[in-house]
Amino acid sequence: MRQDRPCDTLRIWRWIIERTVNSGQETMTDATVSEAEFDVVRRPRRWHIAVFLLPALVVYTAVMILPLFETLRLSFFNTVDGQPAFVGLSNFATLFGNERWASDFWNALKNNFIFFFIHMMVQNPIGIALAALLSLPKLRGAAFYRTAIFLPTLLSFVIVGFIWKLILSPIWGVSPYLMDLVGLKSLFSPWLGRPGSALIAVSLISVWQYVGIPMMLIYAALLNIPEEVIEAAECDGITGWAQFFKIKLPLILPAIGIISILTFVGNFNAFDLVYTVQGALAGPDGSTDILGTLLYRTFFGFQLQLGDRSMGATIATVMFLIILAGVSLYLFVIQRRIRRYQF
Amino acid sequence: MSKARTSLSRTAIVHAALIAYTLIAVFPVFLTIINSMKNRNAIFRNPMQLPTPATFDLVGYRTVLGQGDFALYFQNSLIVTVVSIFLVLLFGAMAAFALSEYRFRGNTLMGLYLALGIMIPIRLGTVAILQGMVATGLVNTLTALILVYTAQGLPLAVFILSEFMRTVSDDLKNAGRIDGLSEYSIFFRLVLPLVRPAMATVAVFTMIPIWNDLWFPLILAPGEATKTVTLGSQIFIGQFVTNWNAVLAALSLAILPVLVLYLAFSRQLIRGITSGAVK
Repeated sequence: MRQDRPCDTLRIWRWIIERTVNSGQETMTDATVSEAEFDVVRRPRRWHIAVFLLPALVVYTAVMILPLFETLRLSFFNTVDGQPAFVGLSNFATLFGNERWASDFWNALKNNFIFFFIHMMVQNPIGIALAALLSLPKLRGAAFYRTAIFLPTLLSFVIVGFIWKLILSPIWGVSPYLMDLVGLKSLFSPWLGRPGSALIAVSLISVWQYVGIPMMLIYAALLNIPEEVIEAAECDGITGWAQFFKIKLPLILPAIGIISILTFVGNFNAFDLVYTVQGALAGPDGSTDILGTLLYRTFFGFQLQLGDRSMGATIATVMFLIILAGVSLYLFVIQRRIRRYQF
Repeated sequence: MSKARTSLSRTAIVHAALIAYTLIAVFPVFLTIINSMKNRNAIFRNPMQLPTPATFDLVGYRTVLGQGDFALYFQNSLIVTVVSIFLVLLFGAMAAFALSEYRFRGNTLMGLYLALGIMIPIRLGTVAILQGMVATGLVNTLTALILVYTAQGLPLAVFILSEFMRTVSDDLKNAGRIDGLSEYSIFFRLVLPLVRPAMATVAVFTMIPIWNDLWFPLILAPGEATKTVTLGSQIFIGQFVTNWNAVLAALSLAILPVLVLYLAFSRQLIRGITSGAVK
């Protein structure tokens, strides 16, 4: 429970001091004033609260909230005969149904879901496994592993994108060489250049970059499990795999929920990696196009295509609704169902 | 089999798994850095080899430093990141203090309003942000980027800092009040120094996405004078894509500052993430 008032003795002292300083003539006998009078004397108007809140509120509202709503509003407008006009939901109808837009949009949406699915299936299990290994008691060199595995997360997409582009490039021959070492050279192909495998390759690059985040969050959750719980499990003979799946995993479910929603928001807002690896066209043949790159091309224009503000706003609105749906699902359904344990 | 031996082999397996993943995580970075210091032939003939006196060549770095204006890009990135972090910390801490210290009407609502931005990415407002920046003449200025990044960083900063400020002792603040400190001095002189560890955590969380962002520099400030390192290296590499020496050198130059900072601060960073910040 937070308090914004001093405890009673302090309040009275403070009141006495204020009184004596302010008027100089007050006696100390009327220290038993009513609450109302007390408050009036103590703080007539608390301007400092406004002063503390205002800068953050102004910047946040002006640069983030208002543009967000303006973008949502713009999605209902389009240029008709050179004049901006309210067109209702027709932008959305165009996006979902028009020949030229719909195939791009549904393709990007489908790719985005695959992108997310690969993250959930690869990134989060690997992150959890690494965290489980790192949190083993008396593990030597845990700090070193942690530092090294978290490193890619700090690199910018540009670095990550180009490094992997070089490594996977058939010209350089690093990957065929490495695969030769384990006898799999015949399986190598220019993955980033093939429509069938490009999306998976890009997703895995993103997994490589971000695996540090689930690892760290799960690691923190595992460290928070009290020693007694683990000891009790050991007394009952539950160790190793069984201990992880029966004792630890249920206790870190809330953390897994958080990483899932973070992954969801991050993935449906992703742009940079695809842009650096495959360019704004998200090739080959649009096979790596996700909503972020579609928004960029639509709003900003690319090569022969002109930028379209209204359709850009429409795509941004759809992304907003998808993210909002995911976040609400998490906050109102998943988070409430997850059983939490208090220690 | 004795118990000691099982646990020994188990430890060995754990280390093998961790070393394997560590290699996967670090190898690409390592590969880029060693090859950036070799000549073109050696890059292609022996990518795995460390630079030897025979293959050592800094031609890539010379191209990068001669062609691209990396000093300027670096300076831009530094200005944008430092000013944004300063504003996020200052404004964020002030708002967090107001929310955690005073009871007033709309307190909870205000907290929720400010927390909205944690989940909804600012990128979705890009269309209108660009419009606003055009209208105020801020396109192609660093100010535009600073404003956007400050707004982007504030929600998480307010959230984390207000959690921490609730743990600052009330007695201390009240003692300050009795000594006649104004609410402003209580904030700046008593509370701020006490939440410094939390500020460091917020600074790191705020810094990484700002330094690495490509979207807003690309849209709001693509001009030559305002390019950030991320955008600058993206464009530079795009132009020199067949000059492998230059590309590898540019990548290494972009990695180095992050690597140095990370090695210096990794302890604090990891402690920040694994402590109360995310619960």
